[in-house]
Amino acid sequence: MPPPHPIPMKKLRKILERTIEGIFTVSGAVTTVTILLIVVFLFREGLGLFGSPAVEKGYLLCVNTANTTAHLDSRQIMDIFDYRTENWEQVGGPDEAIVPFRFEEVFDRYPEEAFGEDYELLPQRLGEVIASTPGIIAFIPDQYVPDGMPGVKILRSDRITPADFFGGRQWMPTATPAPQFGVLPLILGTLLVSFVAILIALPLGLGVAIYMSELAGERMRKILKPTIELLAGIPSVVYGFFGLVVLVPLIQKTFGLAVGETALAGSLILAIMALPTIITVAEDAMRGTPRAMREASLALGATHWQTIYRVVIPYAGSGISAAVVLGIGRAIGETMAVLMVTGNAAVMPRSLFEPVRTIPATIAAELGEAPAGGAHYQSLFMLGCILFIITMIISITAEMISKRQTNKGL
Amino acid sequence: MIEAKNIDFHYGDFHALKNISMTMESNTVTAFIGPSGCGKSTFLRLFNRMNDLIPGARLTGQCLVDGKDIYAKGVNVDELRKNVGMVFQKPNPFPKSIFENVAYGLRVNGVRDQAFIRRRVEESLVGAALWDEVKDKLKKSAYELSGGQQQRLCIARALAVSPSILLMDEPASALDPISTSKIEELIHSLKKDYTIVIVTHNMQQAARVSDKTGFFMLGELVEYNDTKKMFLNPEKVQTQNYITGRFG
Amino acid sequence: MTGKRTNQRIAFWIFRILGLIVVGILFWILGFIVWHGAGVIDWKFLTTAPTDGMTGGGIFPAIVGTCCLIVGSMAVAFPLGVMSAIYTTEYAGNGKIVRFIRIMTNNLGSIPSIIFGLFGMALFVNALGFGDSIIAGSFTLGLLALPLVIRTTEEALRAVPDSYRTGSLALGATKLQTIRRVVLPTAFPNITTGLILAIGRVSGETAPILFTAAAYFLPKLPTSIYDQVMALPYHLYVIATSGTDLEATRPIAYGTALVLIVIVLAMNLLASFLRRHFGKKVKTN
Repeated sequence: MPPPHPIPMKKLRKILERTIEGIFTVSGAVTTVTILLIVVFLFREGLGLFGSPAVEKGYLLCVNTANTTAHLDSRQIMDIFDYRTENWEQVGGPDEAIVPFRFEEVFDRYPEEAFGEDYELLPQRLGEVIASTPGIIAFIPDQYVPDGMPGVKILRSDRITPADFFGGRQWMPTATPAPQFGVLPLILGTLLVSFVAILIALPLGLGVAIYMSELAGERMRKILKPTIELLAGIPSVVYGFFGLVVLVPLIQKTFGLAVGETALAGSLILAIMALPTIITVAEDAMRGTPRAMREASLALGATHWQTIYRVVIPYAGSGISAAVVLGIGRAIGETMAVLMVTGNAAVMPRSLFEPVRTIPATIAAELGEAPAGGAHYQSLFMLGCILFIITMIISITAEMISKRQTNKGL
Repeated sequence: MIEAKNIDFHYGDFHALKNISMTMESNTVTAFIGPSGCGKSTFLRLFNRMNDLIPGARLTGQCLVDGKDIYAKGVNVDELRKNVGMVFQKPNPFPKSIFENVAYGLRVNGVRDQAFIRRRVEESLVGAALWDEVKDKLKKSAYELSGGQQQRLCIARALAVSPSILLMDEPASALDPISTSKIEELIHSLKKDYTIVIVTHNMQQAARVSDKTGFFMLGELVEYNDTKKMFLNPEKVQTQNYITGRFG
Repeated sequence: MTGKRTNQRIAFWIFRILGLIVVGILFWILGFIVWHGAGVIDWKFLTTAPTDGMTGGGIFPAIVGTCCLIVGSMAVAFPLGVMSAIYTTEYAGNGKIVRFIRIMTNNLGSIPSIIFGLFGMALFVNALGFGDSIIAGSFTLGLLALPLVIRTTEEALRAVPDSYRTGSLALGATKLQTIRRVVLPTAFPNITTGLILAIGRVSGETAPILFTAAAYFLPKLPTSIYDQVMALPYHLYVIATSGTDLEATRPIAYGTALVLIVIVLAMNLLASFLRRHFGKKVKTN
């Protein structure tokens, strides 16, 4: 019998297959590419913040030529215009009282006609004011700066530095003339709310995980498992709403506070939201304890409870730590619920019973009104970078911890 | 002394043990042999109530240890398990130090006296013929020991709570021949202080270490006799067939 | 020695109570919203636009908007996610590359949703010039849902027995034919489950659409993918936190929250039902 005729594979078909396989390969990289893009866009916008001038964009500061002050940073500028710094000596200048002068005040000094038809004389008038007042510091839009007039000197203002950003204790991104981008209160607010949330969620979550993996009968597990999935599925804005209409008034009444929107409200809502993560990961870890380990313990006369806390929990230790880390990650990044219940006061947190503001809530609340490309916009992206780095560290830590777990077995 | 009277045992629909009665004398080694799935391990696990952990298990008949019914109401299972030690098929040390592994049983039973714990740990390790090999590294993880050493550690761990009975569920099946012979020597020397019941699939082992042997098949105790007699001149045809390797 | 027994009894009671607390919390939240929201929802609520400065009328435009975003984001996430999962499970073997990709997928999954919002605004709204629109929101949400789709698809593909593949290859089918005719059809029900879970996730997300798609109030329904839309979660956020008359908008907020929960829970239940249904079917094969 002659060999069967081979079925010819069309060349076109082969090319098509290769192409499709190529597309699969490329899409395999899609998550990596997305992360890369996120990094690029976040940091490109965010890093633009450093190096932009401390004074609001489109404005300059002018002083009298007699003034020897070399430069001011954003903090000093704000203190001057808020009348907290009153003498040039305090910022490295001559002993002279500071006269803060906002651009609009010039209209109180001269009659309308003095500025000319199209305000072409405005710079000149401003120049006169500055030249005649030795202690003045004037905050003037770019196009009206009386540059080159006798007695007028443009004051160099510092650029925003990472030290201002990470070390600053004030977050006032819309303050004039010098917005304040001190991120410390936001970072501390985020950490406070998240860690208290984990302190609440951890005993509860571990307890439930122990209950589910060790004690619950089939029927109870059948109730608990979907309950926890549903808890994980509820959108954060619904948690926020629930917190707003239930927890906030409850906290206000219970503790007799002026406002119920507090760090505590945020922590409680975050604790509920972190529970499913903690329970699921910890339960998996505890179920992974080999049966032989439990039997050995029981056979030595240990009770079930002794077996749990002397054998099961230590064995599942790294899984439990991973659960904690992931729970913290979930809490730190949570936006809507926290935004709705913490009151959002950007101040250094002092107690659980006062409003605080977290990093994600700040981004959500302010990005809508920050003009694209401005320092405020860039500072919010920088906050995004901080958040991104924190969550990456957390997720890699969790990964490493659970890898240790898988390597531990015999 | 262990007595089993008319034991029937079910898991769900499965009739695992069928009307078994036998007596195991103190300070003897009794071996259970039989093809896998014959119920010998299930039977062994009745004596420290390890089968309690299986959902849907049902037991009828009586199980007496030193004359007391261990399934009677009000029996403290932890106390029973303290008195009836068990060594498992695969070495299962805890992920703790060698010392803590042996001390575990004492600690869970409420012993706080550190000097006493240290003494018991040493005695138990000596008893399990492991002391000389580990005395300089008691703080090291138990996982750094070889398989045979781990199994002897598990025996030491069982000895530490001063049981009167030792149940061994194929204690050497996961070990190499040299480790196996060490375990067998150990069983021999432990006989003077403990009542030992050992399950094994290895007939030579049963012949070497035991005084009496029970042969199980399909949940029934086919024959129970002195080991010598059993291997030289069994009463039942099935025993004869099994021992000579015709099935199982 | 009765001490350790007592300890055990106390400890176990504590755990039982903790378990009950967690169930209690869920029922508290759900019960509260159902209790207040059920009376609000009727046909008119679901089919009319807000009126009287958000204090009256319904949430129809928000429902439409959320549907647009669901369809759009799944159009992004589903093909990309499935192809990526096909690559990692069927082609890439088990080497370093796959491990790296898997870590990256996990990492992407752990990035907070507000970062997706920032990123979506920078890339889709500003750099690509889509503006606040359905398309910008869909891409943002699609990328957010990607890890979930990839993970569930990978699981579905891995659940296909290898014997199916070898059987097909042995008949002379190419790898791609095997995937298309044997692997994907077998895994399809489970892949669908992943899609449904992703829909549930996406429909509740607020932070990613804050600056990429969502509008406070629009008098008209969207007509193209470059239009802004209202969306349920954003709508709930807005009417719960701002507005001239919070008391008057509360009932609408309850109603919106309930609709949102019903959608999300329905998706979860549907997914677990499908999983059980098809799970059995695969086993009996």
